[in-house]
Amino acid sequence: MLSKFLSSENGRGLLMVSPPFLYALLLMAFPLIAIFLFSFWTQDFMTLDTTFTLNNYREIAEKPIYGALLQRSLFVSASVTAVTVLLAFPVAYFLSFHVRPDRKSLWLFLITIPFWTSYLIRVFLWKVILGYNGVINTGLINVGLIDEPLTFILYNVNAVIITLAHAFAPFAILPIFVALEKIDRSLLEASQDLGESKFMTFMRITLPLAMPGVVGAVLIVFIPTIGDYVTPELMGGAGGKLIANMIQTQFLALNNAPLGAALAIVAMLCVTAISLTFVLINRRWLKGRS
Amino acid sequence: MSLRIYAIAYLIFLYAPIVLLPIFAFNDATIIAFPLSGFTTDWFTELASNKSLHAAVKNSLFIALVSAVTSTILGVCAARAGAMHRFRFKAGIMGFIMLPLVLPEIIVAVSLLVVVVQILDLGLSNWTIIAAHVLICTPFCIAILNGAFQNLDPAMEEAAMDLGESRFSAFRLVTLPLVMPGIISSMLIAFTISLDEFIIAFFLSGSSPTMPVYIWGLLRFPASLPVVMALGTILVALSIVLLTIAELLRRRGLARAGVKDEGGFL
Repeated sequence: MLSKFLSSENGRGLLMVSPPFLYALLLMAFPLIAIFLFSFWTQDFMTLDTTFTLNNYREIAEKPIYGALLQRSLFVSASVTAVTVLLAFPVAYFLSFHVRPDRKSLWLFLITIPFWTSYLIRVFLWKVILGYNGVINTGLINVGLIDEPLTFILYNVNAVIITLAHAFAPFAILPIFVALEKIDRSLLEASQDLGESKFMTFMRITLPLAMPGVVGAVLIVFIPTIGDYVTPELMGGAGGKLIANMIQTQFLALNNAPLGAALAIVAMLCVTAISLTFVLINRRWLKGRS
Repeated sequence: MSLRIYAIAYLIFLYAPIVLLPIFAFNDATIIAFPLSGFTTDWFTELASNKSLHAAVKNSLFIALVSAVTSTILGVCAARAGAMHRFRFKAGIMGFIMLPLVLPEIIVAVSLLVVVVQILDLGLSNWTIIAAHVLICTPFCIAILNGAFQNLDPAMEEAAMDLGESRFSAFRLVTLPLVMPGIISSMLIAFTISLDEFIIAFFLSGSSPTMPVYIWGLLRFPASLPVVMALGTILVALSIVLLTIAELLRRRGLARAGVKDEGGFL
């Protein structure tokens, strides 16, 4: 019976995929379930109380600080996503439509390289660029455009958004590029032969067909940015701290892991709900057009 | 034309922070700001004599090496199953394995922390970091290896088996050499990701910090910043070398499998 299963096509496939599957099950699914359970427990300094309670969630709902942090985090993630995807789209478009085919992988390589260099140091360097004595301020003063250093670009939410938009750039470009590459070029010619302008061709053919890539880019930027605490810590100053900083504090400094777990769950649920809504709206929009 | 100018401006935006690294690494001043004062290699000499940094680097290299090998093995299994087999719930299973790609890293970090410390009551060590790094690296490995496996003709392995090779040696003698460039490129990428990963390592490291955790500590002391710049310069140079090798191998792998090159790593 077993040997028959293992020699079947279905069985061999499942056997082959089982090591990575079991690994993800044990080290991702199981811990996620654990942290979900954990968020209903309480911790008093070092002793863990495993009676079921909604106290952690109640505290999150009642204390305004958590709501405010969550709101700010979602705002930052959404802004980063919008900025990143809007800036990335023309680059992906240029790569797909205007770069010679044999040059494409060189361009892609150049775009991905900065992404693979030390994240911490890259964030710190943005501080050097945006800071009081930073590259931008010194440059603008030397040119004579400003007399006083600009202060709105460091230690606040703007700085966090700029830094994160930089960090996630390749994540936005690549999915859009892949979607654009798949577009059948003869559709564009047909549209123009039938009298549509270049702009209308873009709006009615290129953009709808590129939408799966845009959605992919939005999700792959929006979801992970909620979990970053390095950038807000280094760039955000006092007013730029985000929910991930609070989760980190609850776990590592305040020894209140269950509350941290509940915060993590709430943040995850918000992000998932927003992402699903976005996907659904987009699907309806595409359907409405066809 | 204007699109080209925009794309080049965008590249400058991408490279702006990295270009500053070597400038300040060789700058003869403890403050990281313009104007520059003079040329020095002192910060690099200081790196060479820093014992705790060396320990952190050694830790990170060990973690990155083990993570790279393990996640590539898991990646080979998944990419092979995805490309060459049909089985039930395939899309669901593959999607599940790729999920860490969109999971916020802090969630991976805290959930593993809870399991290891509170539930299993084990201590944190390099192995807890490795466990998490394998999880987040595997989807990247699969993405790279998919390219190598996707266009492989299953008939070649079958032919080897018809000629008397066992299933495993058919894989070893026929498929493995064809996907070898992909495997090495996957290991290099996973190695680079693990070496640089901070968010998870900060939660899961035991008594001995990894290199990013050590750098994080340095960032709080203004006096040590030039040393961080020097270290960063070396790291950037190193990752560019590793990535160039990975890219060349990936291309050679595609050429070997007779496939058109369709893009980068992701």
